[in-house]
Amino acid sequence: MSISTIKKDYLVKLSKEGRRVDDRKFDEYRPIKIKKGIIGMAEGSAQVELGNTVVLAGIKMLLGEPYPDSPDKGVLVTAAELIPLASPTFESGPPRENAIELARVVDRGIREAKVIQLDKLCIEPNEKVWVVFMDLHILDYDGNLFDACSLAALSALNTTIIPNERFELGKNEPLPLDESPISCTFVKYGDAIVIDPSLDEEEVADARLTISLDKEGSVRAIQKGLKGTFTVKEIETITKIAQEQVKKIRKFLGDKDGKNKKEKKG
Amino acid sequence: MNKNEIQLIKKGKRIDGRRPDEIRPIDIQVGILNRADGSCYLEWGGNKVIVAVYGPRELLPKHLQDSTCAKVNATYNMAAFSVEDRKRPGPDRRSREISKVTSEALSGVVFTEQFPRATIDVYIEVLNAQAGTRCAGITAAAVALADAGIPLRDIPVSCAVGKVDDTLVIDLTKEEDNYGQADMPIAIAPRTEEILLLQMDGHLTMEEFNTGLELVIDACKKVSEIQKKALLNKYGSSLG
Repeated sequence: MSISTIKKDYLVKLSKEGRRVDDRKFDEYRPIKIKKGIIGMAEGSAQVELGNTVVLAGIKMLLGEPYPDSPDKGVLVTAAELIPLASPTFESGPPRENAIELARVVDRGIREAKVIQLDKLCIEPNEKVWVVFMDLHILDYDGNLFDACSLAALSALNTTIIPNERFELGKNEPLPLDESPISCTFVKYGDAIVIDPSLDEEEVADARLTISLDKEGSVRAIQKGLKGTFTVKEIETITKIAQEQVKKIRKFLGDKDGKNKKEKKG
Repeated sequence: MNKNEIQLIKKGKRIDGRRPDEIRPIDIQVGILNRADGSCYLEWGGNKVIVAVYGPRELLPKHLQDSTCAKVNATYNMAAFSVEDRKRPGPDRRSREISKVTSEALSGVVFTEQFPRATIDVYIEVLNAQAGTRCAGITAAAVALADAGIPLRDIPVSCAVGKVDDTLVIDLTKEEDNYGQADMPIAIAPRTEEILLLQMDGHLTMEEFNTGLELVIDACKKVSEIQKKALLNKYGSSLG
């Protein structure tokens, strides 16, 4: 019997008593900490801590060519690196499927909710547009990279300044942003469905679901992962919990931004 | 691109004349390849997909083996000529993500514990793409797995629901995918309605999401009947 089977049995046993390995409730998120603008060389940056998971998102902007099917829009490029510094299981080298899936899910959440007003990033149609590079660096891996990276990406975008001066295009200005979707990830092991999985929970999980909701509570992106399955009923439960939790996270982010602004004014 | 520049629904009919809940015509042929252990050719609307299954066979290199179960390794690949602008051959980020979610979806129904240390390789080749290729790929892969005699809990099936002109529609066309408001592919085990794959991008209200889920599960069941018919066509006589 491998270690993970023992761990799984233990976590499933705990879940039958309504408990999680770190004593959280099934619908309880870990504490979120956000530090914005910590990388001076980047156009925007943010470090997010989700419990013991730490990720760093950096935004760089360069001039480039638009895609032929959207000649008057800026370009968004998202990449995630699972660097060996973050976990004994991460290896160096080109991104593998886990890193690719992570980057694409974060990208989709941001792209589909139209967080960045890409139409305002055109300088000359067909010729020159802003390319926004969003790079996600995992620093410490304790589960739920999807939500941690989405939050870091959003927070970093919030601090992003378009470097117009460096390219002699006038004055620097903030990146034009719209509403922001918040993503919530759940995993299922045994009969338990828990929010914001820690590494232990991710390792024993049968199935995973990430759902991204906008301000109105509409769904913007979904990704199911792993080999296990969900029933329609379970999906209903998940969406309900996600609605509540996203509200809480949004309130937390709002309060934080409000406080920052006050501090700046003072 | 203005999303409203094309009117996608006129008088309750879609751009290709379908009703919102109507799937495109599907044709499935079973066992069309000689070398493969199981295979399937599927046409779905304008999509043309061919799938080969090899295995169970030894997974190499050995360190990738799982001593408790087989791995299901699906590879989704688009032919360079299958899309409008030539696709550079080889895996890109999109196809690698699709390969991953497809492998996971198929693993959900295979009795993998019967074949420790083995791999079941599923090669999905998209020859002509007209939106919904991952659904077509999974649907065809399911038939190919059955053709290969792999023990399955159920024959998985996949379809997509989307939103165009504020209407929920099943099995999107290319135009509906490009100019529509949402796209949600799903794969289920039709007997139990367990969800094997679920992805979504775009914009759906909670109500639309719940209704869409119901609609697309119904559509999956229709596709499932076509899969079963194709398998019965090939193997029905041997059942006596």
